[in-house]
Amino acid sequence: MYYIDYDPFVLPFTLGVLALLVMLFWKFFQWWDKLQPEDRIVIRTGLRSGKLLAILKEVFLESLIHRRMWKQNPLQGYMHMTFAFGWFMLILIGNVESRIHSGVEFNMPYYPIFFKFFLDSNEGLPFSKSFTFIMDFFLLLVLSGLVLAMFKRVNAKLYGMKKPAKPEAIDRIALTALWFIFPLRLLAESFTSAVTGTGGFLTGNLGEFLSGWLPARLLAYPAWWSYSVALSVFFVCMPFTRYMHIPAEVLLIYLRHLGFKPSKTYDFFSVVEVNSCPSCGVCVESCQLKSSLGHGNIVPAYFLRGLKKDREDMQAVNECMLCGRCQQVCPVGIHVNDIRIQRRDLLNKQVVFNYPYLPPPDHQKADVVYFAGCMTHLTPGIKRSVENILKAAGIHYLFLDKEGGICCGRPLQIAGLWDSARQLVESNQRLIRQSGARLLLTSCPICLKVFREEYDLRIPVMHHSQYLVQLIEAELINVAFSSREVSYHDPCELGRGCGIFEEPRQLISRIAGLQEITAGREKSLCCGGSLGGLSLSFQERKRLASDALKQLLAGQPDLLITACPLCKKTFQPLSPVGVMDIAEFLYTAMEQKTRTAQPEVLINCNETVAVL
Amino acid sequence: MPRWGYKIHEDRQVIWEEGDFSLVERIRLAEPSLCLCISCGTCASGCTAAQFTDFSLRRVIIQLQRGRIEEVRQEIDRCMLCGKCILTCPRGVNTRHLVLCIRKELSGDVLY
Repeated sequence: MYYIDYDPFVLPFTLGVLALLVMLFWKFFQWWDKLQPEDRIVIRTGLRSGKLLAILKEVFLESLIHRRMWKQNPLQGYMHMTFAFGWFMLILIGNVESRIHSGVEFNMPYYPIFFKFFLDSNEGLPFSKSFTFIMDFFLLLVLSGLVLAMFKRVNAKLYGMKKPAKPEAIDRIALTALWFIFPLRLLAESFTSAVTGTGGFLTGNLGEFLSGWLPARLLAYPAWWSYSVALSVFFVCMPFTRYMHIPAEVLLIYLRHLGFKPSKTYDFFSVVEVNSCPSCGVCVESCQLKSSLGHGNIVPAYFLRGLKKDREDMQAVNECMLCGRCQQVCPVGIHVNDIRIQRRDLLNKQVVFNYPYLPPPDHQKADVVYFAGCMTHLTPGIKRSVENILKAAGIHYLFLDKEGGICCGRPLQIAGLWDSARQLVESNQRLIRQSGARLLLTSCPICLKVFREEYDLRIPVMHHSQYLVQLIEAELINVAFSSREVSYHDPCELGRGCGIFEEPRQLISRIAGLQEITAGREKSLCCGGSLGGLSLSFQERKRLASDALKQLLAGQPDLLITACPLCKKTFQPLSPVGVMDIAEFLYTAMEQKTRTAQPEVLINCNETVAVL
Repeated sequence: MPRWGYKIHEDRQVIWEEGDFSLVERIRLAEPSLCLCISCGTCASGCTAAQFTDFSLRRVIIQLQRGRIEEVRQEIDRCMLCGKCILTCPRGVNTRHLVLCIRKELSGDVLY
């Protein structure tokens, strides 16, 4: 007959696990409600889709080993790995061990957890030495991570961050419970081992040492009780704390492999992403609104936490510049920008703008169509330089918005006004298609991103920095190298937004010496002029820009080069050195004889040339 | 009360203005930089929407300040929210947010 091992101390743990499962199912069904019927089918049939191996591999690498965390900071990576992987292995091997011992497939759920309590001796247990060694090893691994976690609260600098994210009251309770779980397990197993001799190199030796001056037999039972209570507290709190990211991230990885992407509305996928945020605080350092203005509540760690608990911070929704620096460093890869835009969409659902006045397309045709963009019309030096270079290279092009064009629609989209934006998108789309263009060239990264992502153009869309490099390589224009040292600022929408980092650098290094700065490429700064921020004031934007300039000009370059009219316009009044767009810079470097436009035309229209 | 030799009459001011000033008061709370506006019209001069239609943010702001909500309502829809006006404004008025606030208020979404 099979005898069920039982003791009242297992109750807190068992009830805690039960409460956790009920809460998780309840939450999941609430989210499930937001799903479209066709997406439900994709999720249901996902396990049979043949992607299971890839999914399991990523769950193993990200949720257990924490690969991206290792890349951020090895100490952080190790700490997270010990907790996740160590604990997982304790559960897994504990289950195997206890099942081999009991000889049946079904165990009570608490049995593997409190296995050592129910075990009188190792006699007759197969592979007992290996099992105790492995279990002690993983317990030691988790405990080493715990020491690091405690040390992180004292000195977070070693972990690559100034301060860990501020936990809320319930997070603190769960954190304390989590910290108590493993030392209590160690104590309980050690005291029991002192009586039964079932411990390994860690619990056995510690048990022997403790029993020398403590009544181990008496203390074992309360230790098991405390261990069970600590587990219970952690499990009951978990769905209401940041530790919800543990189950949510697994679901998120599953959804991503099935092809789910952030949409325009706040849906199932967004909720899973929000819940996957572990509030690790890696994003805290990356936010310029935090570092320059002290607006800490904008940071995703806190914004997403508020959202998760239905305490949405509207300032965090509207003020954010959507530069995407936080998204870049996020170890979970949460699309915070999309989530913020989705929240704006909820706000603005009644707000509709109307454009019945938009002009019909005319009938000019060309292979290369140049769309300067609204912001470029504010910085006429850029559009004239591009035009002059195109003329010098002998390109037959059409300047689509020469007399002023329709806005590309992205400014409306980032304010969440998708319906209003559609009118502009469709209008521009008609204009571009009708022109018979085989290449669309733009000077504004904001336009570039929306042309690529939201327009249905079916032709390549290029930023002028990409196209001009091709012109140089094709030797259609000749440039002279000068000994000037310049610093290049990656615009958010061009760099992180469209992944264009190399071409501007190739172009600049043909003309002048390029200083690489620490805040370059993926880490590049927001200029402070971004249209992503809705409610930030003029003074605050100015402070952002000055702080960014300090970093950009740290190497004391002769010139600051950027590739976005908005960045140029924002930096120009504040910069002690000249600020130029990459096209203007190229035009100044073109050999005199190859220029077709008159040089004084450029000097008249472009104030920065005076700096040279 | 000490006698100062004169007394204060009741307010006999007559306000002929017929406008509704509640909107501008709420907008001022939502976007305080509105108070900085000097109606210079730089915002309207570079406006993208104004190339195609008779839209002027300067007029919108003046009508708003005069409480002429109907006129504001008829005109505000045409803005493309492109943000050129923020960059040109010499007073640092957050015009783009201002338009958004007006639009939200007129849609019945109370900001404050």
